[in-house]
Amino acid sequence: MAQMMYRDAVLTTIAEEMERDSSVVVLGEDVVGGMGTPGGPEAIGGIWSTSTGLFDKFGKDRVIDTPISESAIIGAAAGLALAGKRPIAELMFADFIGVSLDQIWNQTAKFRYMFGGKTKCPVVIRMAYGAGYNAAAQHSQSVHQILTGMPGLKVVMPSTPADVKGLLRQAIRDDDPVIFLEHKALYGMSGEVPEGADQIIPFGHARLARAGEDVTIISSGLLLGFCEAVADKLAAEGIGCDVIDLRTTSPLDEEAIIDSVEVTGRVVVVDEAPPRCGLAADICALIAARAFASLKAPPQAVTPPHTPIPFARELESAYLPSVDKIEAAVRHVLGWR
Amino acid sequence: MQLSREALQRAYRQMKVIREFEERLHTEIQTGEIAGFTHLYCGQEAVAVGVCEHLDIDDKIVSTHRGHGHCLAKGCELNGMMAEIWGSREGLCKGKGGSMHIADIDKGMLGANGIVGAGAPIAVGAALSAKIDNKGKVAIAFSGDGACNQGTTFEAMNFAVVTQAPCIFVFENNHYSEHTGVDYAVGTARDIASRAEAFGMKVWRADGTDFFAVHDTMREVLDFVRGGGGPAAVEFDTERFFGHFEGDPQRYRAKGEIERIRESRDCLKNFRISVTGAKLLTDADLDQIDQDVLDSIEAAVVAARAADRPTPEDVLSDVYIAY
Repeated sequence: MAQMMYRDAVLTTIAEEMERDSSVVVLGEDVVGGMGTPGGPEAIGGIWSTSTGLFDKFGKDRVIDTPISESAIIGAAAGLALAGKRPIAELMFADFIGVSLDQIWNQTAKFRYMFGGKTKCPVVIRMAYGAGYNAAAQHSQSVHQILTGMPGLKVVMPSTPADVKGLLRQAIRDDDPVIFLEHKALYGMSGEVPEGADQIIPFGHARLARAGEDVTIISSGLLLGFCEAVADKLAAEGIGCDVIDLRTTSPLDEEAIIDSVEVTGRVVVVDEAPPRCGLAADICALIAARAFASLKAPPQAVTPPHTPIPFARELESAYLPSVDKIEAAVRHVLGWR
Repeated sequence: MQLSREALQRAYRQMKVIREFEERLHTEIQTGEIAGFTHLYCGQEAVAVGVCEHLDIDDKIVSTHRGHGHCLAKGCELNGMMAEIWGSREGLCKGKGGSMHIADIDKGMLGANGIVGAGAPIAVGAALSAKIDNKGKVAIAFSGDGACNQGTTFEAMNFAVVTQAPCIFVFENNHYSEHTGVDYAVGTARDIASRAEAFGMKVWRADGTDFFAVHDTMREVLDFVRGGGGPAAVEFDTERFFGHFEGDPQRYRAKGEIERIRESRDCLKNFRISVTGAKLLTDADLDQIDQDVLDSIEAAVVAARAADRPTPEDVLSDVYIAY
């Protein structure tokens, strides 16, 4: 095991896969950075440092620095895939799916089914998401609930550097389009990462981050760590929490959720996306339909309110789910009746 | 360059297949047997065939909602296409795509597209793939005068220039964006090519109802792009014989307009006049092709009618997960 930061897990996995498979291609805005400037190529190396050095190593045909043209980036990735390549497209911020949605939703996601299963579409669309940097309404959003609702897309939300490696490797080798969501606040997170280029985590398999029999907490991405903090605090009081890291929101590991709730009977779903028609509501509905008889308390969702994301520090803090809010929800279901 | 007798016969046959495919659909749609939206390519055959006769199976094309002609010209099977439009599981896309979503990736046909303007970025991606492979292959983005107003088309053109992708933007100006005239909807009404030129690529213009003009122009364009000259664009001035979609009352047309363009701007009629006048082919040669094509269309319709229908279970195939 090696210590590695989340962002470095992204970079090294891409580099290893590009080394292994010459059909893997990277494209996006400033993935090289500095093109056409006095500073020259690699003056930036990607604004998240997730593509640094790839241009020098693999050249301009396989590391394509693009104009600010999100529709064309995703469309070109789709075309590369139909022509036999394995593109990894980067949207600098997840919020920019709005600019490129037709190419994600009506094109990339639909080719396999719409063309009668006769083509694959191995596109990875990486994007940085999430709040916590006072980046305000158009640079902070969690978009997984929008994309999870689109048939044809796989949606991945790693919460640790180790999961980045295993899930990104699977994403690049996958024959379907994969949305790979990297939380901005996790890029600097350090963690143990298994060594070896064959560490793969298959999609649709949740991770049990903490084990306990009193309450189930379900989350993913940045907020998973918040849930672990709550579980650790309650453990000191003798309360056991199952903390389930979904890893992928589509496919969804329904069995992991139902198996846990059937034991605990109490559940809190924690999500960074807005509440209406969202992941938390979806999972609560799943539990109501499949584990109703096991429930000892109404399932609770902890999400932001149904507003755009505000800028000011005080406002963004009030907006986001927090350890305290999650703890309150967990105590609420524990204290029911 | 003079085409061989075989090449002339093949080009005429290809155009005639498209013409009769569409004319037959126009008739069949009246009965209600064919579901959904259908957009016919009649009138524009010389463009699809004049372009695709230069391509091989490793060159890629991306088409539009008016895509039957591009599909046939690129080598998609006639029977598979007819079966797809009939919604059969024996169709090219197993009845899951329909008229607007016919694709045959193995033939280099990367899909018709129901979203106007969506194809150009996809073609740029296919061209970037060709650039990586470095075998002189190209990708063609077919767009109409409607799609030339979409931002995706602008993005794709700039992207292609910046990356020097071997992509050719073929604009078929049929003078109607759905039900709106090009003089209203396109700021550079009769000159879409100048837009492409402004993005920094070399452009050509030709009469899209003249097979020979299209074919000769495309030879130059392809020599330029295959030779590493970067992306290029061509505007073909052409005509749409039918409405935007089948069922369109076409109240926007001038009185006598359709009769006029069918008389003077019909690429098949003009081809016949040219080749018989130059004594390259005889009327009997062409009449024989006409009959062969009509027979093959009839056979395709009979086969499509008799083909297996999809079952409710087929809804859940070709997905990675079913919820």
